[in-house]
Amino acid sequence: MHVTRGFTGRPRVPDAGLPPGQYDAGDDWPVLSAEVTPDLAPTDWTFRVDGLVEEPRTWNWTQAHELPASAYEGDIHCVTSWSKFGVRFGGVSLDAFLDVVRPHASATHVVAYSHTGYTTNLPLSDVTGGRAWIAWEYDGRPLPAEHGGPARLLVPHLYFWKSAKWIAGLRLLDHDEPGFWEQNGYHARGNPWEEQRYSGD
Amino acid sequence: MTDTFAPTTRFAVPGRIAVSNRAAAVWQTATLTEIRRETPHASTFRFAVPGWSGHLAGQHLMLRLRAEDGYVAQRHYSIASHPDDTGHVELTLDHVEGGEVSGWFHTVAAPGDTVEVRGPLSGFFAWPGDRPALLLGAGSGVVPLMSMLRQHRARRLSVPLRLVVSARGPEELIYAREYGAETTTVFTRTAPQGVPVGRMAAAHVAPLLAEQPPGGWEAYVCGSNGFAEHASRLLVEAGQPVDRIRIERFG
Repeated sequence: MHVTRGFTGRPRVPDAGLPPGQYDAGDDWPVLSAEVTPDLAPTDWTFRVDGLVEEPRTWNWTQAHELPASAYEGDIHCVTSWSKFGVRFGGVSLDAFLDVVRPHASATHVVAYSHTGYTTNLPLSDVTGGRAWIAWEYDGRPLPAEHGGPARLLVPHLYFWKSAKWIAGLRLLDHDEPGFWEQNGYHARGNPWEEQRYSGD
Repeated sequence: MTDTFAPTTRFAVPGRIAVSNRAAAVWQTATLTEIRRETPHASTFRFAVPGWSGHLAGQHLMLRLRAEDGYVAQRHYSIASHPDDTGHVELTLDHVEGGEVSGWFHTVAAPGDTVEVRGPLSGFFAWPGDRPALLLGAGSGVVPLMSMLRQHRARRLSVPLRLVVSARGPEELIYAREYGAETTTVFTRTAPQGVPVGRMAAAHVAPLLAEQPPGGWEAYVCGSNGFAEHASRLLVEAGQPVDRIRIERFG
């Protein structure tokens, strides 16, 4: 890689929390959805888990809130290069939903889909073990619609396009099935620490 | 269960084209050949990229700069030039306050300098030139839309294309000399005498949907998040189906 003449860049702030190629967006939280923000009230929101499970199930807003509350405090990383530190989301761990539906041993991947029809694919192991949430609060307040409210998927250890906004459901599969951005050239897994931005990275 | 999965909900916006992943994975040297000022805050940077595989109007690339100590800054930028400009790409960049990459371009860069690019990237916002296109942009959000307009002209396409572009004022309007009868300009802060000042409104969008071509428009919206939310709502209210609106937001 060659040096760019006269380029110094912003002051170096060593930060072990910043994955390669990312910068700290500070207080900004850019909105990057590719579709029209849906007009979705909490009373119209539902979340379904089906596919390779013992007992497919749909939760409405009230039923989902009866599951044990769980929070995420930490960092998020967008493929467009910004990272945001110390965010606080509230919701329910995805494990709580999966415990109810009981995944088959053959399930290896999920497709998460939105009320808009947006899709994204993830290995099942990336959304279990306390690493994924259905989130409806940000910083103690209802999640704004443009950020995926009333509820979004939250998988903070992967690039944020995996954290589907306006989450409508998960389907468990025995194979990987590319989602919306993954069909448009983006990486199947999207691990920011390995800089898996595009297919082929 | 191994059948292809399709969500039970309405699919938002299916991808349009197959993307060359090999081209996207390779960093190439781009040599700056020309800088053209567009507005007091935006300039166009023309690069020679001999190995460029070509792109579709609306696609973007990733660009990186490297400091002597190895520090790297990379950004995504929409491509402004049209696809037939073989071996070249043009980017139009705002001078972002405090922006380390745009700051370098606007204060240091000179013809002969080299940077690195990879792409083209992402097929979602691409327009292959096949369907009627209704384009809504604000500020530098007009950049990928201009690639579409330039392609439309260069190839003398007969498929309808309309552009509604919003700027703070005439002096902030990027590509001001290039617009023709297909374009409606909207000025939000200052305007020449006799030209109204105000936000893009139903009055700009609704007539275009009333006179839509057979099969309807593919709508492309690009700009800040605030503009994208506003413009996409105008489209929906005027009757444009949500699954035929593609949105690219700054960030």
